Amino acid sequence: MEVRQVSEGIYEVICGTAHYKEVNKKIKELVKKGAQKIILKEVYGQRYIGTGIRGNVKIDIHGIAGNDLGIFLYGPEIEVLGNAQDGVGNTMMAGKIIVRGHAGDVCGYGMRGGKIYIEGDVGYRVGIHMKGYKDLIPTFIVGGKAGNFFGEYMAGGRLILLGLDKKPGEDIVGDYCATGMHGGVMYVRGEVPQRYLGKEVKVFEVNEEDMKILREELKGFSEAFNISVDEILSEPFVKIVPVSARPYGRMYAHRWGIASGVIK
Amino acid sequence: MIERCEMSGCGLAGIVNRNRKKISGKYIYDSITSMKERGNGMGAGYAAYGIYPEMAEYYAFHVMLDDIDVESEVNAVLNKFFKIVKSEIIPTKNVPSLYKKTKPPIFYRYFVEPKKDAILPLETEEDMVVRVVMTINDKVKGAYVISSGKNMGAFKGVGHPDEIGDFFEIKEYEGYIWLAHTRFPTNTPGWWGGAHPFTLLDWAIVHNGEITSYGTNKRYIEMFGYKCTLLTDTEVGAYLFDLLFRKHRLPIRAVFMAMAAPFWKDINRYKELEKEKLYEMAKMIRTVYAPAMLNGPFAMLFAFKDGVIGFNDRIKLRPFVAAVNGDTVYMASEESAIRVVCKEPEKVWMPKAGEPVIALMKDCKEEDVCYPA
Repeated sequence: MEVRQVSEGIYEVICGTAHYKEVNKKIKELVKKGAQKIILKEVYGQRYIGTGIRGNVKIDIHGIAGNDLGIFLYGPEIEVLGNAQDGVGNTMMAGKIIVRGHAGDVCGYGMRGGKIYIEGDVGYRVGIHMKGYKDLIPTFIVGGKAGNFFGEYMAGGRLILLGLDKKPGEDIVGDYCATGMHGGVMYVRGEVPQRYLGKEVKVFEVNEEDMKILREELKGFSEAFNISVDEILSEPFVKIVPVSARPYGRMYAHRWGIASGVIK
Repeated sequence: MIERCEMSGCGLAGIVNRNRKKISGKYIYDSITSMKERGNGMGAGYAAYGIYPEMAEYYAFHVMLDDIDVESEVNAVLNKFFKIVKSEIIPTKNVPSLYKKTKPPIFYRYFVEPKKDAILPLETEEDMVVRVVMTINDKVKGAYVISSGKNMGAFKGVGHPDEIGDFFEIKEYEGYIWLAHTRFPTNTPGWWGGAHPFTLLDWAIVHNGEITSYGTNKRYIEMFGYKCTLLTDTEVGAYLFDLLFRKHRLPIRAVFMAMAAPFWKDINRYKELEKEKLYEMAKMIRTVYAPAMLNGPFAMLFAFKDGVIGFNDRIKLRPFVAAVNGDTVYMASEESAIRVVCKEPEKVWMPKAGEPVIALMKDCKEEDVCYPA
């Protein structure tokens, strides 16, 4: 591992095959020193990059970002100039992750705030267990297609699937999409076959309110990848929302709760 | 000081040149070592094809011996069935960090030629080799055959992939197919015989995950005379391949349809799509080969003399990435493990659940490779 200062507040780290503990320790050290931008070069799957630091630091990753990129992320902005592996933005709280390539499975798992923009396809189980609370609304936008279990058990936030690279005849999303979903909203640019959807959700046409949200949310994605919002919005979107806020409420609730009327 | 280990999965890697061009062991060593984090030092191993070109016509038996005294017993069993052309200790190097956790057994290799009169009526030559492997594993205490194919071999043990790679001097070998594994044993012991790859004849497999259907699979293959002696679930995979591919002569895609069977609802969908033939075949395979279905989370690489096939469980509970660059195909648990040895492959992708990635030699067609040498 090699470190050099490029200019005031900007550092470059050549990672190679150094252990992730060393790389992350170095990042923390540089942030403490007041680094505003850290450029990681020759990254080969180092894990947990960006975790454990706060503030406005920007991290550029050249190479392949390792598993759990930006896990528990709390503020920093990460840009990957390459592909990412599994678990991007796991339990992320605030900040932004941009991936200029594809990403693996279980991205955005339990995400509770911030933005993630993926340029290409994503793997299985993306956006599962995403959640939101009051002003905290996480946004996950996928430019390409998604695998099975997309947004499974989703509880909050916004999951947007664009399928920009989709070829005719290809499915934009896989089986078990939105299974067990009970909160948040999913916007898909194209059609989702009914047989892929969980029983807990319904598909709607987007209304004006939705278009306003989409326009707003797509701004960041459009800037990141230089595609105009109008071009993205030129194809029809559908909205997928849960029919019940607590689909399993009665299954697990104590009989007392139901009898007393606390649980409906 | 004890090094802190974090929970992770196993890791696997495979490199295959489809023109049978030799690749140095250095590449697979670097690839699997970059995923060291996925193992915990309790098992690693390599399988290589094309490493014994001057002995290519003989079966190469790699045998693990708990004690050098057992060698005479192994020799006696082999002598009954084979003419031993050459036998030698597999050269190993001193790796001090290994000895802190384990005492390495002794590794012997035998190049053997079957005696025609040792083959029983109704038995093929390969059947006899399988029988001898089972006999040694089951009857000779302290001896385990870790590979038994032609022009190939397995090297494995308790340690990290770099430690095991240095121990067996993997970088000194050259092969056209390489498999490697780093292990994180969860519910079976981490011992030398339990490390991956698992092999039989020229089949070799490495596996990340867990075969929860082990009991069913084990009972099934035991009905056909296979004996599970290596105390781990992956072993059944190698024997199932031998049964379905070699004995039952199923086509490649049918084998994988049996092992990572599609769901019934998906099979019914074939009918809706008017894929009648596929529907009938899937239905028959699921019915006839129900006990051969592997359940649980896994990614697996399966190699034989004509290629490598990688596949996932049917809902993709373990990572699996593939890449192609020219005639070389790479498969691994993580994309970074491919990039570390091939910076800019022409194509990188994450295969879908249950969908096999088939990388065969250019000189053979899919229909021809169901039967080994």
